[in-house]
Amino acid sequence: MTNVWTVAANTFREAVRDRVLYNLVFFALLMMGAAILVGQISIGIEQSVIVSLGLTAISVIGIFIAVFIGVGLVSKEMDKRTLYALLAKPVERWEFLLGKYAGLVMTLTVNTAAMAVGLYVALWTVKHPLEKGDWYVLVAVYLILLKLALIVALAMLFSCFTTPFLAILFTVGIYIAGVFAEDLRTMQAVGLNPATMRFFRGISYLLPNFENFNVMGAVAHERGVAGRLVWQDTWYAIVYCAMVLAAAAMVFSRRNLK
Amino acid sequence: MRWLSKNRSMTNPAIEIENLSKEYPYGFLNLKKKRSLENLSMQVETGEVFGFLGPNGAGKSTTIKLLMRLIFPTSGTARILGKSIENVSMHREIGYLPEQPYFYDYLTAAELLEYFARFHGLTAADRRERVQRMLKKVGLETAKKIQLRKYSKGMLQRAGLAQAILHDPQVVVLDEPMAGLDPLGRRELRDIILELKREGRTVLFSTHILSDAEMLCDRVGVIVGGKLRGVGTPGEMVGIQTQGMEILFELDGAGKKFPILEKATKTGERYRLQLPEAELYGALDELKAAGARILSVAQIKPTLEEFFMNLVDADRAQANAVEVSGR
Repeated sequence: MTNVWTVAANTFREAVRDRVLYNLVFFALLMMGAAILVGQISIGIEQSVIVSLGLTAISVIGIFIAVFIGVGLVSKEMDKRTLYALLAKPVERWEFLLGKYAGLVMTLTVNTAAMAVGLYVALWTVKHPLEKGDWYVLVAVYLILLKLALIVALAMLFSCFTTPFLAILFTVGIYIAGVFAEDLRTMQAVGLNPATMRFFRGISYLLPNFENFNVMGAVAHERGVAGRLVWQDTWYAIVYCAMVLAAAAMVFSRRNLK
Repeated sequence: MRWLSKNRSMTNPAIEIENLSKEYPYGFLNLKKKRSLENLSMQVETGEVFGFLGPNGAGKSTTIKLLMRLIFPTSGTARILGKSIENVSMHREIGYLPEQPYFYDYLTAAELLEYFARFHGLTAADRRERVQRMLKKVGLETAKKIQLRKYSKGMLQRAGLAQAILHDPQVVVLDEPMAGLDPLGRRELRDIILELKREGRTVLFSTHILSDAEMLCDRVGVIVGGKLRGVGTPGEMVGIQTQGMEILFELDGAGKKFPILEKATKTGERYRLQLPEAELYGALDELKAAGARILSVAQIKPTLEEFFMNLVDADRAQANAVEVSGR
């Protein structure tokens, strides 16, 4: 695993030296500022508005990074041919892939943590001391992070066999479909025939269910999140990511570079 | 090509290539296939400097990429130091400089080398020592803290060479290593290649510059149109291809006239006479009788362009013959 860690650390260093990442953090802080402003004009529901806006910003910015940088993790290395010298070292292709993935997840963790700190600062500005219910926001942030890890895995998988543009389209498409995976399971409500319903139900189980990771509504109203749900989501993300990354490694292991 | 010797029988080859072929799909739905390498078989002996020659697009880089497992063969096998190229551990003993190398431009040269050194399991102290030594060796010591995005093409090439030999590999594979280097850089690179040879390492490098091969290589392989046209020493390669002789001479006393002088061209005070090898001694006798001072007698070797164009023309002629006979 030393090789994986070495690649991951370098990927993290690349992201840190990439000014786009800093701009996104800056953007996140701006969003927090906006949240404070909205909080001041929303009498009595400041906490709810700030948490909702903050979590939405964390999620949207995270998805943006996960998709665009996730797709570029492999495709950029192939386009610029930085991969050539590396793969001529005693490094397995799956180690490279896993290292890039871990590096971006590390980056997202730091980025998301920074934005979460910003959210708490905004929350503290309108309401202090903070109450027990406010700390459930951390659970929501953790679940967003799991969702982002899953999106990065999908972005990497697609970038292993298609162009960056198509990989972005596929990743975004799967994300949108995954958000509605739950709805696909309940299609019988609209009166479809049984075969079509079975088809959609099958698809819904194949798609990553991104709504599993959404507890924004609950925490915005200071309601707790069940520990069982957190465990289930954690394992769901781990197993799903492992399967997607294994598929990516299989594809990439036989990929001819330019 | 008759002038090229067959592969030598080697007891302990560093690189063995057997019937390696590579086809690339292209066109609508990738239904068409383009063959860029055809049944390549050759060996590189341990400790020798082997030049892989050929015009652009001949298949040199394809072969090297296959050896470095950057692309995968359609058929055939290859071994380096007795291990299959599929075996990743083999890469501990290999150094590779890609053609037109491009590295992480947000890193400095020292960081890049430190990063690559980690994959070879070196200790931190060893890494530090080697990185400094390599930077000095390739002349980047003073630029080691500058990000690679600010490097010139030649400097990138030097950084690439440093990462290739950082871990003291037994086999060094260099893809067009002279590209982008200035005359000083080319000379330094030649010195490094010769030093690697003195240390007993095997060097395989590709080039389309004949003079590089002549100066450095124990043997060369010539590839044209994806086919290996032969393997031999540089002497075999240019010797048999001699296009005649050239005599350079000076002549005291203007106005002297004799038959052979009409065939010579005058540049400044010197005359240059080109003639078939069979006429050399007769011409020398005639010049001696006329009181000419012979400055040099040399073989006329084909230019690189002529050298490869002959091969390419022969290749095309053969292809046409096959096509005609097939009708």
